Amino acid sequence: MAKLLIKNGRVVDPASNLDGQRDVLIVDGKIKTIKSQVMSRGARVIEAKGMLVLPGLIDMHAHLRDPGRPDKETIASGTRAAAMGGFTTICCMANTEPPIDNAAVVKYVKNKAEIEGVVNVLPIAAVTKGLKGEALAEMGMMLKEGAVAFSDDGQPIMRADVMRRALEYARQFKVPIISHCEDKALSHGGSMNESALSTALGLPGIPALAEENMVARDIALAREFGRLHIAHVSSAKSVDLIRQAKKKKIDVTCETCPHYFSLTEEAVKDYDTNAKVNPPLKSRTDVKAIIKGLKDGTIDVIATDHAPHNIEEKELEFNSAAFGLVGLETALALVITYLVDTKELTLKKAIEKLTTSPAKILGLNKGALKIGADADLVIVDPKAGWTVDPSQFASKSKNSPFNGWKLKGKVLCTIVSGKVVVRDGKVCS
Amino acid sequence: MNKVKSLNRKDLLGLKDLSVEEIKLILRTAHSMKEVAARPIPKVPTLLGKHIITLFFEASTRTRTSFNMAAKILSANITNIAISSSSVTKGESLIDTVKNLEVMGVDAIIIRHPMGGAPLLAARNCKASIISAGDGFNEHPTQGLLDIFTMQEKRGKLKDKKILIVGDISHSRVARSNIWGLTKLGAKVTVVGPPTMIPRGIEEMGVNVSYNLDDEIKEADFINMLRIQNERQEKGLFPSIEEYHKLYGLNKERMKYAKKDVLVMHPGPINRGVEITSEVADGPYNVILEQVTNGVAVRSALLFLLLGGKT
Repeated sequence: MAKLLIKNGRVVDPASNLDGQRDVLIVDGKIKTIKSQVMSRGARVIEAKGMLVLPGLIDMHAHLRDPGRPDKETIASGTRAAAMGGFTTICCMANTEPPIDNAAVVKYVKNKAEIEGVVNVLPIAAVTKGLKGEALAEMGMMLKEGAVAFSDDGQPIMRADVMRRALEYARQFKVPIISHCEDKALSHGGSMNESALSTALGLPGIPALAEENMVARDIALAREFGRLHIAHVSSAKSVDLIRQAKKKKIDVTCETCPHYFSLTEEAVKDYDTNAKVNPPLKSRTDVKAIIKGLKDGTIDVIATDHAPHNIEEKELEFNSAAFGLVGLETALALVITYLVDTKELTLKKAIEKLTTSPAKILGLNKGALKIGADADLVIVDPKAGWTVDPSQFASKSKNSPFNGWKLKGKVLCTIVSGKVVVRDGKVCS
Repeated sequence: MNKVKSLNRKDLLGLKDLSVEEIKLILRTAHSMKEVAARPIPKVPTLLGKHIITLFFEASTRTRTSFNMAAKILSANITNIAISSSSVTKGESLIDTVKNLEVMGVDAIIIRHPMGGAPLLAARNCKASIISAGDGFNEHPTQGLLDIFTMQEKRGKLKDKKILIVGDISHSRVARSNIWGLTKLGAKVTVVGPPTMIPRGIEEMGVNVSYNLDDEIKEADFINMLRIQNERQEKGLFPSIEEYHKLYGLNKERMKYAKKDVLVMHPGPINRGVEITSEVADGPYNVILEQVTNGVAVRSALLFLLLGGKT
């Protein structure tokens, strides 16, 4: 019997409303005991005094670029980046090459993750064939192979009739359609938030309305047809729309990303393509509204939208550069630095948005420190300061707008099904 | 105030980040250069042995020729790279292109590019001086400077002078460079155009916004007319050329409301009959061709200040 005992840590488990010093005993990959004092003969002991012991984090929105772009990321590198960031389960989006739009590709991703991944990988499969926004993909068959939800993320589903059918059809499976809300007719050609800054920089803007318009449409569709989860919410008015929808008991949930509460559009003022992301970074007012939405529960989840790109697609003219930034290895520290240390959210509330909340939306038996559950845990030093250095990332891509930032909160140890995959802040070989 | 004597900068990318003193230095130097250019033999040896490249990713008549003239007046060597026959068509990146030019010993690269910020990208990745000859709809600094030079030459100090910039402000780098420069010099700038062509938040650049040319024309000291590109109509920014001309075109009728000593400017190329009629473009109040003449002087001044010497 493989035994692992985590001693004296501050265990924070939103699911059981626990926040206190406990010992956690893991036996054969499962959580066996959580008590004030646990003694266990023969157990390997990890001393965690002064450290946080959390359920392994769940990222319901990452791009692993596998299949298709091993130069940007692979399942091997992406899952290591996840582990470094404290994530034990990540959902990978379907906009690969080829896209995850049929059962065979789902199976490929799952198999590859078994072989070379170090954390759990759950594919989010395409809503429509070829991500074209026209014909529905074989949702049922993809679910059987291990898909957990559906999204054409990267592309909006522009046709309202197609979105309607997708929401309706997915109801039988009790999984949400995850919507990348962007009205292409409004965003077309833009590369940053449309504002006084885009005017001053002479860059083509994307109005916040491009997101808000689609959020409004999708909420209207969800009211009648099914279950909606809105990806990467970035604008104040989107938060308002979702808040109103929730009041009306419409079946909608949503996520935001660390960059939408820690950065404003000012990050692109020197044409820094690492801060070029879709939806684009917005104003101070929007950031405040995102934080408010996180506080009042309008925003359920914090997801990374980890979007690795190589230098060739970023070291370019701003308009030509790819959208997206890597987020797995900075997410938790940004949450601690910008939400917890600033007292915007309690630690428990913040961790809920990285664990139980995505688990509930996706129907996963994960994200909680339950007796008998898979021993997915992370040990974090909440006081440790560190400087973001993308060259040290486990991710193959270095496109982070947080280069050089000083953050608090360091992942020391990540445990997946009882197996230590990150130790002393380094990926175990 | 102490006059600055040199430009302590490698690059000239826009008027946004030039100080008032730097702008004044360039304008002063341009006056000397205009005198040089008017000599029977318009040539001085100041930049002898310097190598300058023009790297234009967009078409140009005036700007490119003007830079060539300027370089030759200062005895610099100048080479023009046409993108259609360069390795850019083979997919070479902007950074690689300028790095290769740099290691050949080029002193300055003059870049025109369809995307805002491209000259800055080049400047960060290359030791040679980068001079923007227009990037996307960000800036066209030498046009801005020659416009300001022309205004000052004609009417002296620009403080509190009223300047209209009329047309597609959203997609105009000329408008932005004019606005950055003119507001620094204390001029009162009003941008005029249909709301679909006025970009969000332009007021924060220190200008007034108007949708009514007839209202604004009465007080104007200068009217700078921007070129209207036909493709903007195709994109639905205005319904027709006829309607545009009716609302925002400068014609003889409209000029009746203007001050007697108003001056009409245009960065070229002119769309005759669209934003401006021939009667006005060629009329007594126009300084359009003088702008072109002054362009050579301003560009000579810039090359001199960036590559050569001290005044």
